Amino acid sequence: MPGLEFDGLTASFNGERVVGPLSLSVGEGEHVALVGRSGAGKSTLIKLMYEQVEHEASLIPQDLGLVNALPVFHNVFMGQLQKHSVWYNTWTLLKPFRKDREAVASLLEELGMPEKQWIPAASLSGGQRQRVAIARAFYRGSPLLLADEPISALDGLLGHHVMEWLTSHFTTSVVALHDVEMALKYCSRIVGIQNGQIALDAPASELAPADIMTLY
Amino acid sequence: MFSYPTVRTSLIFLAIAVAGLLVADIAITTANPWQDLGRFFLGVATPNFFSTEGLATALLRTIAFAFVGVTLGSFFGFLLSLVYRFLPVRIFCAFIRAIHELFWALIFLQFFGFHPLTGVLAIAIPYAGIFAKVYSEILEEADQEPTRLLPPGTGAIAAFLYAKIPDCWVQLRTYTAYRLECGLRSSAILGFVGLPTLGFYLESSFSMGMYSDAGAMLILFYVLIATMPLWLKPKLLPIYILGAPFFLGEGLPIVWGNVERFFTEDIIPAPLRDGEGLAGLMPWLGDVMVTEALPGVWNTVVLTQIALVATGILSLLAFPLISKHFGGPVRRTSGHVLLVIARSTPEYILAYILLQLWGPSMLPAVVALALHNGGIIGHLIGRQSNTIHLRPDAPHGFARYTWELVPRLYRPFLAFLFYRWEIIMRETAILGILGIYTLGFYVDSAIQNIRFDRAMLLILITALLNIGVDALGRYIRRKLALQTMPTC
Repeated sequence: MPGLEFDGLTASFNGERVVGPLSLSVGEGEHVALVGRSGAGKSTLIKLMYEQVEHEASLIPQDLGLVNALPVFHNVFMGQLQKHSVWYNTWTLLKPFRKDREAVASLLEELGMPEKQWIPAASLSGGQRQRVAIARAFYRGSPLLLADEPISALDGLLGHHVMEWLTSHFTTSVVALHDVEMALKYCSRIVGIQNGQIALDAPASELAPADIMTLY
Repeated sequence: MFSYPTVRTSLIFLAIAVAGLLVADIAITTANPWQDLGRFFLGVATPNFFSTEGLATALLRTIAFAFVGVTLGSFFGFLLSLVYRFLPVRIFCAFIRAIHELFWALIFLQFFGFHPLTGVLAIAIPYAGIFAKVYSEILEEADQEPTRLLPPGTGAIAAFLYAKIPDCWVQLRTYTAYRLECGLRSSAILGFVGLPTLGFYLESSFSMGMYSDAGAMLILFYVLIATMPLWLKPKLLPIYILGAPFFLGEGLPIVWGNVERFFTEDIIPAPLRDGEGLAGLMPWLGDVMVTEALPGVWNTVVLTQIALVATGILSLLAFPLISKHFGGPVRRTSGHVLLVIARSTPEYILAYILLQLWGPSMLPAVVALALHNGGIIGHLIGRQSNTIHLRPDAPHGFARYTWELVPRLYRPFLAFLFYRWEIIMRETAILGILGIYTLGFYVDSAIQNIRFDRAMLLILITALLNIGVDALGRYIRRKLALQTMPTC
């Protein structure tokens, strides 16, 4: 996949411009962290990017978008609905095939919740729900990850594991993060957002936490 | 206080109802109304379940008609709900649900006769219209986010099955179960036009003065409704649905010549049928309007307005019976039993019983409508009052009722009341079949006189009146910013 060019990203809320207009080019293999104060426009930016790539990306939105009544397996399986026929999908709703069950099970294993495969999403804790959304995005199998605070509900050790896992398995990623240390550790490039504009754009290796703190 | 729009609206409706009372025909015309009522209650207290086998058969038929009708209604209603955003579909659904089950039954009786299809379609058609509307509302309220997240190229059916249906499933199921309960009531009253359900049994027991048989029927009906959670299990549902068509009874065979004649001759306005052309149509229309439609509409509206306000007053009086803010568990339990009886009895059956006991006037109809609908709304706002947490030093008794609870419950109360306005009017029109001069009376007499053209026109006018009141009710609810939910 060649690099991505995001041009003319703008968003308004109640007639007031909250994001942009801004442009951002993301090279193949780059792992970009969007940092900045809450309300700076990071979430809106992730949504705009998802629209601009015409949904051809693995997305982890902040509100997760799980179907609460369905078990974890089906929530994850929804990442690949487009690959199968209507009959396959309908049958899977009633009785999943073994190869899909195993694929999803190994993802859940990786995320430390293999025993939850048949539990409805509604009865999971916040951190577990977040991991289901991560598994779904991974199962989606796109080389590009767009994620909005994907580890906000995970404890430290698990958060590190997930960030490492995500950045090593997705070719390219844009991740909104409020945790500056995580951003510096796992991402290759830091983009700071302030009042809907890019206020900082530098390789992670050239920055120290203090440089980013000026945004907050 | 008069500056509140809700209070002003209530007072306007109260004034209309009082004015209606002045012109309405409210009277008890039988010689010994209380003696008859006493005999009736004695009948209920000494039910006779074994006088004939008729009761068991009628019960079986009632359940079978309800299951087949509601199943078909929900199936086609669901299909319609998928295309409900198109205006012609919405108008079509509004029209078929504006015509009461009994009117549909009267229409089908004319050409299918006493064939099971008459009863099944009479329930399935209006229910499909209602299901279409409510299902589409439920589907619309589903979370949109999962659909947005699906990979591009996901088929519409897979998207619907994964991202929409599971999210709405519980609501769809609850509403359908509630409708099945309504279907049992509808099925029971179809007996009043001659189908072999409980209404038929009740009417024949009453006409022979066998109050103990009538009492047994009523008690069985309450038990049937009250035990629904016990016998209506998801696992048993396929058995019920597949089995029900075999218990509809044989009825009488359909004479297809009648069907053809009904559509090609009977319902064509008389002047057109007789070759008088459009010149004869106007006087005919004028005659129907002046002698039947207008008096029918007038009486229907007057009775509806009185019944609406009576329903409101009764619900406000009834809800403390089940509210945890008043009385102990004993009183609340008996309150629950009273309200369950009030809302489980179809208003048509209540009106029929009261009419037998008190003689023909608007009074039995008002009392029946108020008891049934007041029972429903009283139950709903009583339940809502239980979610209110009062401060520990809140006043008690009447002050608690007037200062703490009514002000908080008044808006949902009005929302429910205006939601049921159209339902009350639909019922009011149909009660005419019992001999009160509402639209149903004129429809029924036109059918008795084999003037189906007039009957169809009057049913059409009834439907338009219902659609109008439904629109007005929605307008008022929006104006007063009242929230409603579909399940009431």
